[in-house]
Order: sequence, then C-alpha cells, then structure tokens
Amino acid sequence: MIRVENLRKAYRGVVALDGLDLDVAEGSIAALLGPNGAGKSTLIRILATLLRPDSGRAEVGGRSVTAQPYQVRALIGLTGQFTAVDDLLTGHENLVLVGRLYRLSGKEAHRLADELLGAFELGGVAGRRAGTYSGGMRRRLDLAAGLMTRPRALFLDEPTTGLDPRSRRTLWSAIRRLPEQGTTILLTTQYLEEADRLASAVTVIDRGRAIATGTPEQLKARAGGARAEVVLADPRQAPTATEVMSRYGARPTLEGETVTVPVAESALPDLLRDLDTAGVPITGLALRRPTLDDAFLALTGGDS
Amino acid sequence: MNRLTGPRWWLRDAWLMAGRNSRRIVRAPGLLLMYALIQPVVFILLFAYVFGGAIKVPGGDYVQALIPAVFVQMILFSSIGAVAVGLAEDMSRGVMDRFRSLPMTRSSVLLGRIASEVLRSAITLAVMLGCGLLVGFRFHGSPGLIAAGFGLLLAFGFAFSWVAAWIGLMARSGEAAQGLGLVWVLPFTFVSSAFVPTATMPGPVRAFADHSPVTAMIDTLRAWFSGRDAGDAALVTAVWTLALTAVFMTLAVLRLRRTSS
Repeated sequence: MIRVENLRKAYRGVVALDGLDLDVAEGSIAALLGPNGAGKSTLIRILATLLRPDSGRAEVGGRSVTAQPYQVRALIGLTGQFTAVDDLLTGHENLVLVGRLYRLSGKEAHRLADELLGAFELGGVAGRRAGTYSGGMRRRLDLAAGLMTRPRALFLDEPTTGLDPRSRRTLWSAIRRLPEQGTTILLTTQYLEEADRLASAVTVIDRGRAIATGTPEQLKARAGGARAEVVLADPRQAPTATEVMSRYGARPTLEGETVTVPVAESALPDLLRDLDTAGVPITGLALRRPTLDDAFLALTGGDS
Repeated sequence: MNRLTGPRWWLRDAWLMAGRNSRRIVRAPGLLLMYALIQPVVFILLFAYVFGGAIKVPGGDYVQALIPAVFVQMILFSSIGAVAVGLAEDMSRGVMDRFRSLPMTRSSVLLGRIASEVLRSAITLAVMLGCGLLVGFRFHGSPGLIAAGFGLLLAFGFAFSWVAAWIGLMARSGEAAQGLGLVWVLPFTFVSSAFVPTATMPGPVRAFADHSPVTAMIDTLRAWFSGRDAGDAALVTAVWTLALTAVFMTLAVLRLRRTSS
C-alpha cells in the first residue's frame, strides 16, 4: 500500500532522509520508530504530498506522490504532529468542514461526523468548541478528522505525544480498530511501547535511514533472548551461583547480589533445582524478556 | 478517479473556507471589536479632535478630508492584520497541512479567507461611517458615486489582502506576521495625502506620497463623496487594485503550493 524506495531529502544541506526504504502492507499498522530528527516527520510530509523529495520514489496505493499528488490526496488521511483542529469551531463543525472539503455532500459529511464522534467517545461534546476540549479529546478529534476522508492510508505523526497515560490508552485502542475497516496505517513514534502495542511491523530509523525492520518480536530478538536474574540471599555464594548458572548460558554477570545469565525460557525450572542442589539460597528470581527499548538501544548504538 | 476541480469546485471550496472563517470572526469577538470597531473609532476621534485643529487643508474642512482617509487606512490595517495573522497561525498550527493534504483546490484556502475579510471590512466601514457622521462628516455627491466609492474601497482592500496573504505565508508565526504586516503598512498609509497635504513633505517623500496607491484611493473618495470628478485618481486606483491583485494572488498561490515547513 505504501512503498518508499531510496528516498532522499535535505533541507539547506542538512540531510533528513538518506536513502530510506519502506514497504507497508495493505491493512496493516506499521510504525516508524526513531529519535527526534531521525527523519520521521519528513517522510510523513512527503507521503502526504506536503513536501517534495529530492530523489527516490514514494507511492501510496500505487500512485506516485510527486507525479500524481491529487490522486494520492484522495486516498490518504493525515493526523500531523500538531493538533490541527480549529479551536473556535465545535467538534462537529471541524469534522464536517474536512468532510466537505473532501467533496462529501453535506448530508454525508454530517452522517460520517456523527458516526466518528460517537466512535471516539466525543458524542457528548460534539456541540462544544474544540478549544474547550482536553488534550486527549483534541487528539481524538484530530484523529477523527483524519478519518473523515475514509482514507485507505492514514498517516499518524506522533499521535500520542504529550498525552497522559490514560488518554494514550484510549487513543491506542481507537487506532488498533482501524485496520478492520481496511485502513492501512503508518505511524511515527518515539515510544517503543507504542510501536510494540500497535504495530505488526516496525522500522527503526536513525539519521534518515532504515536501520532495522521486522515485527516487534524479531527486533526484540536482535537485542538477545531472555535472561534469568537471580538475587542471592548471601553475596558470598556468588562464585558457586555463577558456576551453576554458566551451565545454562554464556558469561553470567554479577552486579551486587544479582547474577544474570542468558537462558532458554524452558530451562528455568532446571536452573532453580540446580541452585537448590548446590546449596545456594535465593531471595528472588526473575525472567527478563528484552524490550523494544533494548532493541532500540542496541540498534542505535545506545545513542538516543 | 475524477479530478473534482474546475471553477465550480474552486468556488465551493472557497465558500466553505469563507464559512469557516466567518464563524471564527463572529466567535472571537475580541478581535472583531478591536480591529473592526474600537481602532477605527479611536482614529476618527483622535484626528478629528486632537490633530484637527492644527492641520489646515485646502478647502478648510478637515473632517471632510479626514473621514475618507481613515476609511482607507482602517481597511488596510484590518485586512492586513487579520489575513496575514490568520494564515500564519493556520500554517504554524498544522491546520494548513490538513487542508493541503485534501484533494481540494489549494488557492481556495486563500480566496475563502480573503472573501470573509471583505465582509469584516464592510462591518468596519459601516461603523466608521456612523462615527464619521457623528463628528460632522457629510456626503455631497450622487448616491451612485458614493456607492462606487465604497465598492472601489472594498476592492482596494481585497487587493491588499493578497499582499497580506503572501506575507502571512512567508511568516513563521502569527506574531511575526503581525509585525511584518504592519511594519510597512504604517508608513505606507501615512506617507500619502491621508492626514497632511503632500505639498508639505520634503522632495523624495513627496514624490513617493504623490505616486502612492493610497493617495490615489483617498483622493478618489474625497472627490466622489463631495460630488466632484476624481480625474485620473480613480483610474490610477483601479489599475493599482487590479495589478496588486494579479501579482500578489499569483505570488501567494505559488508560495502555498511549494511551501514546505
């Protein structure tokens, strides 16, 4: 649905996109993960026909964003980094305006606006000015505005930046439902948790290049497998514990009273029994799975 | 899919944008009061009662000469302030990005905003007219010429709105647009026949004032509102109006198409 090949863009000599490649399958949610200045917003702006790339190809629904921008605009919805709602218009008026500019009839625009306001739990405040909304409500209204075009591809640029955890969760569940209606979603985020929760494919970008692509699970695997963390009752037994644990994984590390070793998750009961047999009492045991954070730090060289 | 463009859609989009903007004008009464009502009234009272005694004009009646000048100045202030600031705010808030990502005609964003500002200008004019009549201003011309004067004035404001639109699209924020918009319009309106005869100005300043479109517009109104023939001034004003509209409409639309930040 969205295809990007060797895309380049520089602003006055500062490189924003440096040969980026990306492929997003129809009906999926893809996340672009990267630190500030990685080029995420530049890519979204190019795909939304707001910005021309210097070179490379970018297509949405098989249409080129540079050669057929008008056709691309008919396919997309955009919820940008800044909440683009008009504070002096009501929630309902905001949506109807976008719908009518998308060439819907008045009746159709009103119907769709009501439907979306309901779906985003804004039905009760539809007649109030958007300026009176909370941050989370404004963001949901903004997302609804992006959907007034019934887009086949929806771009979300940092959709939950600045929201409190509860609003973030509400927005996440709204976003997760969108592919059911056949919408393909490309979102950018700095939050690894967000990519993990929403996306089936994650592309990590850094300095304008894709440095890794895969499912969240695949990316986590690149940060190494699971690790067992054993908290010793008596730190003096660390050498014995380390010896036992080295049978399960390479190079156990000791930090304070905690010994950590990479393990296969299924080996945990055996490890526990062996420690017991060797007479090493423990006060804590944890199985730590790698997070996208670990993957991200590993991929970007810890420089985020 | 069909390209839904062409004049009909262009006008429909502009109509929608004008509707949005008119709602904004009505719902932000502070702005409307400030630009459309208080500022012009303050100017009329200030000039009529503070400076009026000290400034002598040919023909003698300062109020008769003053009111058309304040009309022109206020129309420029209000259209430049509102259009430039409004567009710059839409740009910086991402609202413009949303419009630009829709399959609408992009120039309608500008046309709609400016059309609604003509409406605001008409309100401003009505208020100024009332205030002018109170301080002693009187029409002496034929109703046709008076109506033509107001029509030309609104067209003149429309032309300068395109200058303002271009400035607003160049500016990075509403505050910057406010500054950029007013920094030239203030001297531009004062260096004219508005408040003192141009004959009192030093050479180069006088040359500028004599050839300023503001002078032509003011001279036309003064003539038409007192039943005199405006001579070349009316034609000069009309030519300026058309030329400014054509040039700055083109510049603003090009700017909106290619703008990237």
